[in-house]
Amino acid sequence: MGREGDAVKLDPADITDGESAQVTENIFDTLVTYRNSSTQIKPDLALSWSRSKNGEIWIFHLRHHVRFQDGTKFNAASVVFNFDQWMNPKDPYHKYGKFIYWQTMWGGFPGKVKKVQAIGKYTVKFTLSQPVAPFLKNLAMFCFAISSPPAVKKWKEDYFKHPVGTGPFKLVLWQRNERIVLDRNPYYWGEKPKIKRLIFVPIKDSTTRMLELERGDIDFMTGVNVEEVKILKKDPAVRVLAKPGMNIAYLAMNCEKPPFNQIAVRQAVRYAINIKKIVEKLYEGLAVPAVNPIPPMILGYNPRLKKFHYNPRKAKELLAKAGFPNGFSTTLWYPPISRQYIPDPKAVAEAMQADLRKVGIKVKLITYDWGSYLYKTEMGEHSMAILGWIGDNGDPDDFLYALLDKTNAVKPAQNIAFYTNEKVHRLLLQAQKIFNPEKRKILYQQAILIINQDSPWVPIAYADQIVAFNKKVKGFHLNPTGMLRFQNVEENP
Amino acid sequence: MTRYLMKRILLLIPTLLGVSILVFSIIHLIPGDPAVAMLGQHATPQAVARLKKQLGLNRPLYIQFGKFMEGVVTLNLGRSTQTNEPAFQEVLHHYPATIELAFTAMLIAIFFSFSLGVTAACFPNTWIDYAVNIFSLTGISMPIFWLGLLFLLLFASHWRLFPFSGRVFPGYIFPTPTHFYTLDSLLTGNFKIIKDVFGHLFLPSLTLSTIPLAILTKTIRGSLLDVLHQEYIRTAYAKGVGRWKVIWKHALKNALIPVVTVAGLQFGYLLGGAILTETVFGWPGIGRLVVEAVKARDYPVLQASVLIIAFTFVFINTFTDFIYAYTDPRIHYL
Repeated sequence: MGREGDAVKLDPADITDGESAQVTENIFDTLVTYRNSSTQIKPDLALSWSRSKNGEIWIFHLRHHVRFQDGTKFNAASVVFNFDQWMNPKDPYHKYGKFIYWQTMWGGFPGKVKKVQAIGKYTVKFTLSQPVAPFLKNLAMFCFAISSPPAVKKWKEDYFKHPVGTGPFKLVLWQRNERIVLDRNPYYWGEKPKIKRLIFVPIKDSTTRMLELERGDIDFMTGVNVEEVKILKKDPAVRVLAKPGMNIAYLAMNCEKPPFNQIAVRQAVRYAINIKKIVEKLYEGLAVPAVNPIPPMILGYNPRLKKFHYNPRKAKELLAKAGFPNGFSTTLWYPPISRQYIPDPKAVAEAMQADLRKVGIKVKLITYDWGSYLYKTEMGEHSMAILGWIGDNGDPDDFLYALLDKTNAVKPAQNIAFYTNEKVHRLLLQAQKIFNPEKRKILYQQAILIINQDSPWVPIAYADQIVAFNKKVKGFHLNPTGMLRFQNVEENP
Repeated sequence: MTRYLMKRILLLIPTLLGVSILVFSIIHLIPGDPAVAMLGQHATPQAVARLKKQLGLNRPLYIQFGKFMEGVVTLNLGRSTQTNEPAFQEVLHHYPATIELAFTAMLIAIFFSFSLGVTAACFPNTWIDYAVNIFSLTGISMPIFWLGLLFLLLFASHWRLFPFSGRVFPGYIFPTPTHFYTLDSLLTGNFKIIKDVFGHLFLPSLTLSTIPLAILTKTIRGSLLDVLHQEYIRTAYAKGVGRWKVIWKHALKNALIPVVTVAGLQFGYLLGGAILTETVFGWPGIGRLVVEAVKARDYPVLQASVLIIAFTFVFINTFTDFIYAYTDPRIHYL
């Protein structure tokens, strides 16, 4: 399979990039996992689980007769060993990783997970410091996959080059920037993978990647450009799979900076930009114009939310009301590279610039290299900036709390609109602790209603995620998290 | 001759020292804190302080320089922040790919530029000369990534003669003790693998050869024409020596002096990593290693790669001077 780049590390707990996770996903298992095509939870290494009434204690009953790829038996002690390494700074093996995802998901070391104990050979007890509604969804993330304790102990800081899990494939060879070769794991507890060997090849140039797929040198490719979709769709030997992605692209208005501290101005910008036209023209039909701050597959999405249809006259009225009858000058930042949620950021920015000029807002376009762009927007140097988000685990908290809560409006901020609303904050905190999906949904819908009215963003689009593969490849499912699992894939001759 | 060689070798010492100072300065004089850059913007001050101590960045500049020079001499510039391998080892793993590529490209360039350049000089101002001229001008002005893609479209996609990218078909696994896949594949004795490795090498080296090929052709033509107009050549003709003998025996050796310089420099450039060619053909050489190291802010690897590239360039240059002295015994300098 050809993809944009090579993996950085192969220790799932210590990575943050998609290229690494694509590989570890096939070597490792987690306690619970997502269903093939959704973020619904199903058993993986844990067969069943229960939680206490207050939601602070969770008991997991583990699968028996599971072995790691090095032959070690999997049991409750292995789970405890892994969690201790990640969460406990005093653990002798903690120093060999940074465990950034642990910190982000649980809020520090140990964070919201107070204790993890083995209370039987195959039973593990988690004690949390507070109820965490997305607990299972978090545990299903690639970063909380279980490693073989003897392998971690043996390789120490070099474990990321010698990963050992319980998953369907095992690592055979990693030549950096050349290839990663995985073979079928003979010890695998589940249905054995149908393909014998799985090779990840970094092919940086997307045209080369596409040509190799067409020729049959590779069977599968990621990072398909919108323009390439048209070419590949004409190839009878290739199948293009495009499915709604768990993402959103948005234009954030910096609520700390005048004139965007006024709701009327922010709403005027929303009316002034013809999002429907931009998405139609620049996403080639591979996206849906966004209204909600979360994509439709996420709990709390409100299909009847008030839309800000393109209306330059209304925009002008609102601007006049806010004290800018003749408009104003400002800057609009756009990402320097294409992302899953925005294939051509510059073109989107230019279209917005043209629309805003019509209502008197003169916009200068600005961009930086990707690293600086993220840093500067996190530090709030922008007035308006285009950015996006790809959900990690399918929970609304991963979108709304991460991107629009006041806690995350502190520099360096993930909430780059620097939007703060007490009521939204209270609703989001409350929703974090409630397990009943119906009740959570109501809370999130209330929050979204307020956010929509306050308009810190111009939501742009929910883009499709796209992969392309040879028609010989059967049984592949695209998961909204973007993870690629080859366990059930088979290749017809 | 021996004295000249000794002098040239002694001159290497200050040159290499200068190069090392330059590489050291790049890291230390550019704005921004390397420790912060390596850890990312979310790093805590404690973590930054710890890393600074670990890298020795908190010590006075002259001590840091001393440490750095010690590292250069002992080939120990720290470990890659990404792979935790010694930085020099990381570079040495990627360098054979580039050397293999540059060497093949240079072979192609030298072979064809000689044929073309000499032919053009033998028939000046004829249609042959014009054709060679147009060819070399095109070669010089062609953007290499575009040419690479064009070759891919024609040779790999349309005619399916050569593979697309990488050094070997990903499914072929064989021991690679030297990291020179051409050698390693020969060692396996497996014809399928040998054919595949050489097939992978062809298109990228052809692409990479275009610029030195064009420049060398022009140089050979110009230089040979100059020599052919000199009086001793006229004398040779007057004595009744045949045309080809005059060209091959009397003219070409003298015409080679500027060609050797240009060829040496070009080879040096190619060894510096052909970033564009390596990117288009997915060639895991030193050019791509540098790009990846910059992206990942892997300072040790970056330092080691730049140092090795610079050193190679200096050595190639010195070697060129030796050939220079060999082709023209008059050269003694100083």
